[in-house]
Amino acid sequence: MNEPAPTAAAPETETGFVFRAPLSATWPQALGRRVLRWFFTVRGLGAFALITLGVMWTKAGRSAAAIGPLTRQEVARAGARLLPLFLFVAAALGLLVIGQVVAWSSRVGAVSYLGVVMVVAVVRELGPLITAFLVLARVGTANVVELGTARAAGEVEALEALGIDPVHYLVVPRVIGLALGTFALTVFFILAALGSGYVWAFLQDVPLRPEQYVRQIAGALSWLDFALLALKTAAFGAIIAIVTCYHGLARPLRFEDVSTATVRAVGQAVVACGCLDALFIVVYLTAA
Amino acid sequence: MKATEPDNRPVITMRGVTVGSLAAPGAVVAQAVNWTVAAGEFWAVAGLHGAGKSDFLLLTAGLMAPLAGEYEFLGEPMPIFAEERLPHRLKLGLVFEDARLFNTLTVAENVALPLRYHRGPADVAARVADLLAALELTPFADTHPGQLGRNWQRRAALARALALGPEVLCLDNPLAGLDPRQRRWWLEWLVSLADGHGLNGGRPLTLVVSADGLRAWRGVARRFALLEGRQFTVLGDWAGVEQSGHALVRELRGTREPEFDPRGGI
Repeated sequence: MNEPAPTAAAPETETGFVFRAPLSATWPQALGRRVLRWFFTVRGLGAFALITLGVMWTKAGRSAAAIGPLTRQEVARAGARLLPLFLFVAAALGLLVIGQVVAWSSRVGAVSYLGVVMVVAVVRELGPLITAFLVLARVGTANVVELGTARAAGEVEALEALGIDPVHYLVVPRVIGLALGTFALTVFFILAALGSGYVWAFLQDVPLRPEQYVRQIAGALSWLDFALLALKTAAFGAIIAIVTCYHGLARPLRFEDVSTATVRAVGQAVVACGCLDALFIVVYLTAA
Repeated sequence: MKATEPDNRPVITMRGVTVGSLAAPGAVVAQAVNWTVAAGEFWAVAGLHGAGKSDFLLLTAGLMAPLAGEYEFLGEPMPIFAEERLPHRLKLGLVFEDARLFNTLTVAENVALPLRYHRGPADVAARVADLLAALELTPFADTHPGQLGRNWQRRAALARALALGPEVLCLDNPLAGLDPRQRRWWLEWLVSLADGHGLNGGRPLTLVVSADGLRAWRGVARRFALLEGRQFTVLGDWAGVEQSGHALVRELRGTREPEFDPRGGI
């Protein structure tokens, strides 16, 4: 009489068999499992991204008194508060690129290409990608921990009990904040790297006046660089937000699962950003 | 005994409902539930730990869909997720046993959140101040929930649930883990809400509480039910509880809980 009422065993979920199957005996099984896991992950992330976009569209401007401050807070967290770290890394990147390029270009008399190299290396590739990885490390991981803990503590159910859409309240501000923050940080990062690059070139006695350096950079830039930079960096931020929110929020979590979810989210966000970057390289090469 | 008689308008109607589990989708905690709650009634649903009371309340509060059967809240099928029917859904509030306050927000921000989200910034401060004062939470307004004890966290959750002025309030085991003085406070408060508290516009609030025992709710709740072995049994009023030959009902109505006169302290 005092025993709890018996309940039926929880049924296997649609995709759970892939994650809980015993160790593979053969390499085709192992390969097959990896392919299935990859497929289910992409499907889950895609569905979550579409749901988020749907909520952003249908609830645009709704509950501004609650969502507005959260969005501003996320922009500050993914932007202004990270600026000191980014300026330091940008200065190091400028030294790294210029130091290496000057050492080699001066041997072949190609110092006049310094600005072009900076545009190709820093503006198009390293700037956005390093910014994205640093934002992932500083903000993306925090997203998974915060949302995963909230999920494990039942705060998502509490939001639903109050008639508040968890995606609208928890995900949308992060997507907007990270997209805007990553774009803004990349711009500052690139400017700082270009500036520090010239300082290091000056310290190495490269015969290049500031106006020549700026002219080289301006000559190497096209409208496509500005358009794709904005698009790429905002997409990096949105991808980081989607992947990290998905792992923190979309599935039931226990407290002990949060660290695993964080590690998984970082790995998948890095891969997603890498794939997006490759796509943009194709766009550059096609348009060039 | 009752300050305000129920008007018999059904607010909750369940027909043949099968209740699942939030933690274990597909598991069944109650089946063939036929239950009607009239406006202004005060129900206590008792059961042992693990009987599924929390899941039953989550379904009643509209957070889970029935696995089978029909559940209507004020004539509308539940659960409600559609945006256009949200105002209807907000007539039902829920207080979790573990409060589930948002740990990154202060107590005042927690209480203000549903108001800010659903009604905008106008008059939020005044309403929050009223709620905090009524529930003696004003000294903790700027405190984060993690720094508060269970009783105060649960009071803050009650304030948050009352913020939007619901017509029906579900409370999951509100007396769990409280000392006798705190339990008395809660019982008095729930009776005053059921009778029509000023915070809720003086309207009698329909209440559904889950409980580990029945004794504490004698003279407080007006209707009783038992959840045991996946069966939901309506016991009726306290006379029905006393007349029940069910062994668990006898056990849950035991004599260890102190008797409480709900009108004595109000």
